[in-house]
Amino acid sequence: MSARLRIIAAMKQIAEEQKVKLPPLADDLTLNETGFDSLAFAILVARLEDDLGVDPFTLAEDAVFPHTVGDFIRAYENVPA
Amino acid sequence: MSPREVFALRDHLGPELTGRTISDPRHLLRLSDLTVQSCLAGRSNELDGRAVLLATSGQLLAGLAMIEIDGVARRMLLCPPDLKPEYLASVISDAEIDTVVTDQPERFADCGVDRVLAVGLPREVECRGQTTRATEWLMLTSGTSGVPKIVRHTLEGLCGAIIGDRPAPGASPVWATFYDIRRYGGLQIFLRAIVGGGSMVLSDPDEMLADHVARLKARGVTHMSGTPSHWRKLLMSGAASGFAPRYVRLSGEIADQAVLDGLALAFPNASIGHAYASTEAGVGFAVNDGREGFPAGLLGAGEGPGRDGVDMKVVDGSLRIRSKRAAQAYVGRNAAALTDADGFVDTGDMVELRGDRYYFVGRRNGIINVGGLKVHPEEIEAVINRHPEVRMARAKSRKSPITGGIVVADVVLTEGCDDSHAAGLRDEIVAACRASLAPHKVPAMIRFVPALDVTAAGKLARTDA
Repeated sequence: MSARLRIIAAMKQIAEEQKVKLPPLADDLTLNETGFDSLAFAILVARLEDDLGVDPFTLAEDAVFPHTVGDFIRAYENVPA
Repeated sequence: MSPREVFALRDHLGPELTGRTISDPRHLLRLSDLTVQSCLAGRSNELDGRAVLLATSGQLLAGLAMIEIDGVARRMLLCPPDLKPEYLASVISDAEIDTVVTDQPERFADCGVDRVLAVGLPREVECRGQTTRATEWLMLTSGTSGVPKIVRHTLEGLCGAIIGDRPAPGASPVWATFYDIRRYGGLQIFLRAIVGGGSMVLSDPDEMLADHVARLKARGVTHMSGTPSHWRKLLMSGAASGFAPRYVRLSGEIADQAVLDGLALAFPNASIGHAYASTEAGVGFAVNDGREGFPAGLLGAGEGPGRDGVDMKVVDGSLRIRSKRAAQAYVGRNAAALTDADGFVDTGDMVELRGDRYYFVGRRNGIINVGGLKVHPEEIEAVINRHPEVRMARAKSRKSPITGGIVVADVVLTEGCDDSHAAGLRDEIVAACRASLAPHKVPAMIRFVPALDVTAAGKLARTDA
């Protein structure tokens, strides 16, 4: 499964757990519009670290938290292997 | 002061009390023999007025030496088995130690203390020490980080909870503890055995749990104490069958309902009590109604000492205790004040009032911060532990670039668990947490592990939190 698919699956799982109604996950959807709060994102990043073996937001020294769902996914896709 | 006015341990070894023993895995000694024998080759008079570090390899010699040194030395510091060598020099200096009593003289060859007295198995001697003073008892706190603090007690204060706290009447009690007797929790049990006219069965860190329990049974142990972590380990091992103590005591950690219920099931004929005590505050109280937490009525109305001369209050969520059983002071050059201006010790244990009962929620310095919201790992563990298939759990913080930390949990199951069952079990545990905890307290991840580390002091290891 690609990073993109894994991220989307993890977001759906967390939305279900956190009772968040997730809108369709288009790339230009802002993270704010997903309905996730910071706790939900914290859980997402931790689970993706276990799943994908990487946490791009801790790795980079000048990490800027992404603005849209597309930015978020690209942060994982662009991590050097 | 005439010697008879001083209360010393040796005065509780009367020869009329035959049949009392102290034992470890290798030795069984009659307490009445100790009135004519010495583990210091009859040289305890050389300790008169000294400041003694008692540092033995095992608990048996420590216990025997305590009986001989008490009432003779000016002060006696009990060196716990896990004192880190790098702290030895500062402990010796802060406690103004001038004599070491040990069975490992090589260990203290370079510690700057000239006088070293050997301790060994007792043998008959002509000359036995006399009680001449009330010895100061110094103990080290069991904190896991930094230099341990030295806490000063008197024997009278240490024994303050013993008189009138004999839950199960009957024949002379045989006490045992999972603790090391050189720590507060274990010392309480050793003193109960000596002062309360009983026998003492010591633990040994190298002994397998099944062998330990076999020994408890063989020695007829009637009263046993340990931390909830100790007891969970015993319940988990399956080794408890056939062991039937009359009194089961928990202290040192929060006794949650799950472990109290588990012990009630395993020991149907035992009275089960959990005690609140700390090296600094002494024994606060014991709760014997089988329920977690303690009745709010124990706090009193804040108008002077309540029951047993113990006065308690809650300030900023933490339990404060003023008591004759509390330590007298911290010892050392940079020692902080032990109590506030009114004489209360701040225990750092956080409590919450629900209905007519206070519940322990965790340590003030163990708080996990999730995006600015505070979480006590213990309150999450208590919820997870209620699941019937869970034996013990540890909640901890995992670093997060978003919230600083999130809560994750390691869980030990009562039975092993195959992968097909794991997902369902994880969902059940998360659902239970969600039902009774705020969202930021629900573990984001649950990992099933075969075991959790327990520190030398018998507490769940939280060092990597």
